[in-house]
Amino acid sequence: MRKTDKTRATALAELTSEPLTIPPASGDQPPQGTFKHWHRHLDSDGVAWVLLDKQDASTNTLSEDVIREANETLAELEAARPKAIVIRSAKENGFVAGAEIGEFKHMTDPHEAEERIRQGLEVLDRLEAFPAPTMAVIHGFCLGGGLELALACRYRIARDDAKLGFPEVMLGLHPGLAGTWRSLRVADPEAAMTAMLTGRTLNARRAKTAGFVDTVVPERHVEAAVRAAVAGELKTQRPAKTVKARLMRSKLGRQFAATQMEKKAAAQARPEHYPAPYAMIDLWRQHGDDMDALRAAETPSFAKLLTSDTSRELVRLFFLRDGLKNAGKQTGHGITHVHVIGAGVMGGDIAAWAALRGFHVTLQDREAKYIAPAIKRAADLFKQKLRRPGDARAALDRLTPDLAGDGLARADLVIEAVPEDEAIKRSVYETAEARMKPSAILATNTSSILLETLAANLQVPERFVGIHFFNPVAKMALVEVVTHRGLRKQVRERALSFVNALDKIPLGVKSAPGFLVNRALTPYLMEAFICHDEGIAPEEIDAAAEAFGMPMGPIELADRVGLDVGLHVAGVLRSEMGEGMPEIPGWFAKKVEAGDLGAKTGMGMYRWKDGKPQKAKLPAPPSPDLQDRLVLPLLNASVACLRGKVVASEDDVDGGMVFGTGFAPFRGGPMRYARTRGITDVVAALGRLAARHGPRFAPDAGWAKLGDKS
Amino acid sequence: MDLAVQAGRPLLLRQPFEATEFDDVILGCVNIRPDEVNPGRVAALRLGCGPEVPGWTVQRNCASGMQSIDVGYRYIADGGADLILAGGAEALSHAPLLFSDEATAWFGGFMSAKGAVAKLKEAGGFRPSHLKPTISLLRGLTDPVVKLNMGQTAEILAHRFGVSREAADTYAVESHKRLALAHENGWLEEMAPAIAPNGTVYDHDDGVRPQNSVAQLAKLKPAFERPFGKVTPGNSSQITDGASWVILASEAALKKHGLEPMARIADSEWAALDPSVMGLGPVVASTPMLARNGLSLGDVGGWELNEAFAAQVLACLAAWENSDFCERVLGLDKAFGALDPDRLNVDGGAISLGHPVGTSGNRIVIHLVHVLRRLGAKMGVATECIGGGMGGAMLIEAL
Repeated sequence: MRKTDKTRATALAELTSEPLTIPPASGDQPPQGTFKHWHRHLDSDGVAWVLLDKQDASTNTLSEDVIREANETLAELEAARPKAIVIRSAKENGFVAGAEIGEFKHMTDPHEAEERIRQGLEVLDRLEAFPAPTMAVIHGFCLGGGLELALACRYRIARDDAKLGFPEVMLGLHPGLAGTWRSLRVADPEAAMTAMLTGRTLNARRAKTAGFVDTVVPERHVEAAVRAAVAGELKTQRPAKTVKARLMRSKLGRQFAATQMEKKAAAQARPEHYPAPYAMIDLWRQHGDDMDALRAAETPSFAKLLTSDTSRELVRLFFLRDGLKNAGKQTGHGITHVHVIGAGVMGGDIAAWAALRGFHVTLQDREAKYIAPAIKRAADLFKQKLRRPGDARAALDRLTPDLAGDGLARADLVIEAVPEDEAIKRSVYETAEARMKPSAILATNTSSILLETLAANLQVPERFVGIHFFNPVAKMALVEVVTHRGLRKQVRERALSFVNALDKIPLGVKSAPGFLVNRALTPYLMEAFICHDEGIAPEEIDAAAEAFGMPMGPIELADRVGLDVGLHVAGVLRSEMGEGMPEIPGWFAKKVEAGDLGAKTGMGMYRWKDGKPQKAKLPAPPSPDLQDRLVLPLLNASVACLRGKVVASEDDVDGGMVFGTGFAPFRGGPMRYARTRGITDVVAALGRLAARHGPRFAPDAGWAKLGDKS
Repeated sequence: MDLAVQAGRPLLLRQPFEATEFDDVILGCVNIRPDEVNPGRVAALRLGCGPEVPGWTVQRNCASGMQSIDVGYRYIADGGADLILAGGAEALSHAPLLFSDEATAWFGGFMSAKGAVAKLKEAGGFRPSHLKPTISLLRGLTDPVVKLNMGQTAEILAHRFGVSREAADTYAVESHKRLALAHENGWLEEMAPAIAPNGTVYDHDDGVRPQNSVAQLAKLKPAFERPFGKVTPGNSSQITDGASWVILASEAALKKHGLEPMARIADSEWAALDPSVMGLGPVVASTPMLARNGLSLGDVGGWELNEAFAAQVLACLAAWENSDFCERVLGLDKAFGALDPDRLNVDGGAISLGHPVGTSGNRIVIHLVHVLRRLGAKMGVATECIGGGMGGAMLIEAL
């Protein structure tokens, strides 16, 4: 029998990866000061290799400290007169991931912000004016400020795994370190604007087509590419200089393109909620043919966005996401094989997502015909997400249909995703526990049954945890990790870590009816139905929620989720919570009985065509009162969850509701919104609604403890 | 290759050892795709054996899947290996189309021509007939030495051993009936359903037609030698896709992993004869193997004799009953004897189930093990005729 020798296997595996090419120091090295983040030496050709290795950080970011040292480095290099400068990251994971976002938090005054931005701009100008060829060698992530640094070099050499982009828009910003004009100077204007407006990253190949980089090479040819650039033999193309680009930059072309861009942006975000893309389009419309003017206009526009409420909230959410992700980094998950029981929509999609993310997955159901649709959806998902040849097939190979349940004995994690029926689940657990490895975790994807109930008959309840995914699994970023009294802490941490490894955001919640997301969302959805009951058009209800900032109105959301699913969750919550939950209108159940389940059947609250609801035009904008009526029940339920300690903090509520339901991100989440608006004001509004519409609006007892921080 | 992965995964999943512990992976395959020239190694990697388990491919035409077992068996018997994954795979529905040698020569000239003028000149050599492809499969089924199609070799045997059209059709109908019954009773325990990426489930071979009658089959036209031939599509094996795997283990491997063996390979034999009568391969391979092991006809409790053609199976049976043949060819002092139909291909065979060429030899060995266990028999023979004029046989002891 073959024995795997770890040393040998590791040594063989190392042969398949190529370490960073950095030629050694050679000859006399000019004097240099001491630096924390930047290190450099001259190679045998007299080329300066300037390496960024940010101290005490796993990833390079452009902090003020790093920028200041870059300035000093450039000053010394100007004196040393190397033949050329090569800027590259010494970290394996990438070039530069962007600015140090933490430093944004303290900026509230636009003028002060402008001052600090100018210091960074001057350093990049100094790099651009360097009297010898300059080039950036880019591997891995090269985002935001990192890309702006690279754009200030004369050449950009991308390794084939490079990912370039301007994610600033996700934080309510546009590029601010000369990225707007420097990208438009070299790249195809359409590609550059799309990158800045959408925040989507470009892979190396696309980045070259767009003109962001001059050449794409595997690591083994990096040094040859550098030598070619130093010798002036590297061919460069400038898509920014083509006839098409010139046409698009003309006054008429800009007008036309800007209108198109605004239309596209409007489909994603409203200007009053998310001003950044519109500010970027304005910059282009006004100065797209005049780089000096664009350069001058970028800074004040950026400073204004940086100090705006929207950006502040989005930056806060960035850190909330980071915080939740970090909770999943306390321990390793120790999971390589995941066994999923139940190949329905949820089970099948969880299995597919886990296989996509590199896990070995067995998917169990009673007959092949139940598993087959899940394999088809998985194959489609892999084809869409894994574009490198062979990757999609490898993912399919990792996803094994398992009629006999043989995967149970091999799995490190067993996820149950069978129908929401206690008896069925219990019998599944009995079979599973008999075959599972002692170290394996047993998880349920239940959305409505308390974990204590399910854990009651287990042999080893300490290893039983809730891992609650939302539908559609591939799209929803949040996963609730549900704890219960008997749960071993280490199992909870492994579950959080597993969710992290799936590239999802884990939120620890306590077992309670509906956990956080369904518990807080359901009163909002039910209120929408009650409004409709009273004769308000679905279109008006949805418009009110969207005007508040929800990505999609509650009626459309219910149709998309499926009215049957909504009815089930509402029913369970009502039976668990009684009066706290509004009564389900009778016609709702009738609709479900009739088979009008929403988007999936083509008919629900709306008629659906080509995956879109057919909405009538509204005669007038929705009344502002309607917003409160819909949103405040969600806030009220959030506070009830806090009071019941379903989640640990207001931040967790905000993170859960924004990442789990898309709750108006620029408002920062339900608790943040309540704080910004004023607790007293929210409680008063709830009181008024209770007087008008009934006790379901009665402010939760938890509000009293919150109080306004004046 | 997808089928080999789909067949292998459930087998490996239920083992108590890791796929990385195999000493070797050997796959029988006849029609190899140009983008996977060593499917054995590709299968090993895709089945999760890891980079350090070697994999290779064997080709002995219709016996490739048995050849893989035989090699693995001998490696283990020699003490050079303990744990081997041996399989067979074939996707005849994916057999590529071939262009003629003239077309290939023209294309080569065109591609190597430098410059537009030269290209144009080369292009002028194109003839419409270059576009006519031939199916590689059909070429593979024609013997390159005697220039006979496999069906024609069955015609020769039918003539030589007096197999009538009716007898062949009757045998074919029985094959379908037996397979249908086996399906009904779940006797094809070794079978794993396959799910295609488009969501289609393949949980049984779709060629079984138990409702066929001899009268219906009689209406079919001969496939190879019209108008008087006896071999028709109805009494020949079906060209299909399939894959199958067997795990071979030494005593040491059994002990180490606590494996329960299903059967022991007692012996194997390869023999050859003129390609034009390749259908008698089972007779010339099995008979000396049984003699060597001191076994007579009655000692064999189950036969899996690959059903290339009904006429060919019946010719083998007739040969064994023919004392002249047995004396002169097999060196016996009398006829070998008549095989009990209740022990021969009891659950049908390639006529009803299909004949994925590289897979069949592997599959009949696995199925023989299940049959022997079901019938409570000890010794069994899996054997097949091999295009090119050969026979392969494997002696199996159920445990």
